[in-house]
Amino acid sequence: METIDAVLRDVALFDGLSADELELVAGCGSNVRFKEDELLFRDGEDADTFFVLRHGSVALETFVPARGPVTIETLEAGDVVGWSWLFPPYRWHFDARALSLVRATVFDGACLREKCARDPKLGYDLMSRFAQITVERLQWTRMRLLDVYGYAGSD
Amino acid sequence: MSTATQAATETPPGPMVPEPFRVTRRHRETRDTWTLELEPVGGERILPQPGQFTMLYAFGIGEVPISVSGGIDGPLSHTIRDVGAVTHALCAAQTGAVLGVRGPFGNAWPVGAALGCDIVVVAGGIGLAPLRPAYQHVLRNRSDYGDVAVLYGSRTPGDLLYRNELQRLRGRFDIQVDVTVDAAEGGWRGKVGVVPKLIASARFDPGSAVALVCGPEVMMSFAARALLDRGMAPDRIFLSMERDMRCGLGHCGHCQLGPTLICRDGPVYRYDELERLMAVRGL
Repeated sequence: METIDAVLRDVALFDGLSADELELVAGCGSNVRFKEDELLFRDGEDADTFFVLRHGSVALETFVPARGPVTIETLEAGDVVGWSWLFPPYRWHFDARALSLVRATVFDGACLREKCARDPKLGYDLMSRFAQITVERLQWTRMRLLDVYGYAGSD
Repeated sequence: MSTATQAATETPPGPMVPEPFRVTRRHRETRDTWTLELEPVGGERILPQPGQFTMLYAFGIGEVPISVSGGIDGPLSHTIRDVGAVTHALCAAQTGAVLGVRGPFGNAWPVGAALGCDIVVVAGGIGLAPLRPAYQHVLRNRSDYGDVAVLYGSRTPGDLLYRNELQRLRGRFDIQVDVTVDAAEGGWRGKVGVVPKLIASARFDPGSAVALVCGPEVMMSFAARALLDRGMAPDRIFLSMERDMRCGLGHCGHCQLGPTLICRDGPVYRYDELERLMAVRGL
């Protein structure tokens, strides 16, 4: 079975981290699996983890009264799920549901925050990487806000 | 009969005169989009290249440019979204109805020049229609190309075109078909997100791939940037543009885009030719 730091070497989020930094991060991680339809986390619960997906796909959902669960976005192998662990009040804002068998590495957010506080260089580096993911998702979300397929013009 | 009248009757109809074509089959793709198959009424078949368009005439109502969505080998087909008076009349045309067709016009996707290359098709919404003859050509000549990826995004699952065809293609081992929607509710087990996001994980070699992109202009801009981020050169990325094409012949000027006329010089452009023009607001 692969060790966590061996798994992390193939994850784009951690690309370029030194072996020592990878080992520090890996110390906060463990491998998990979820069956189809199982929740990785639920809206309103404490957000003390994040996930790097290694296999399968996950839907970020919100429950809308009278409509049921609405999928906000789907995430695939290689994607990071969850950043509410980074900032107070450390609470999930959506549900994350496995759409298939999911294998992931889960990281203890409190553990990682503590290590980042002790090692500001690692903290800055990781924060930059999460900021990049956040900005990328924000850009895609803005594109969806444009509803580009909804506007059809007229003949 | 006078000599002048004789000359008039013997002159072949010019390119501004529509040829009558009969609707032989109609298929509802989505709530507002139909595909029509057309056969010439007595005249000759037209032989469009992948990426070209025709001017379709609903007699008594008007004429609009519509991309050819099939007909390179089989019957001529067009996929039409009902967005106004003319397209409404075209979508409502029943089997047996006669429509006018002029064309085909414009240039084609570079499927001939891309022999031996990986092919990445990136489509958004009804932008899949003009790309369909291109990927059909590639699949008919599958051994002439490398990896083939079709990446398609639509607004909702109900807005997906050619659903059965895409499902069939997904069952093949020699093509990657990836579909995503902007929004979905219960029952959809596929991807939710924008189509340019699919580019990062698509299987192709950026150094040897040719990308064919069609959809709303904003989506094409995002897609082109994502292709550049994957390492593709701008001159290997091709986009199909749309403006108010009227004559189809480069005479009327309605489809001007900077120094080019889309009906004559396009609709397919290389991204390195287009990037500067797309950045100019109001063009």
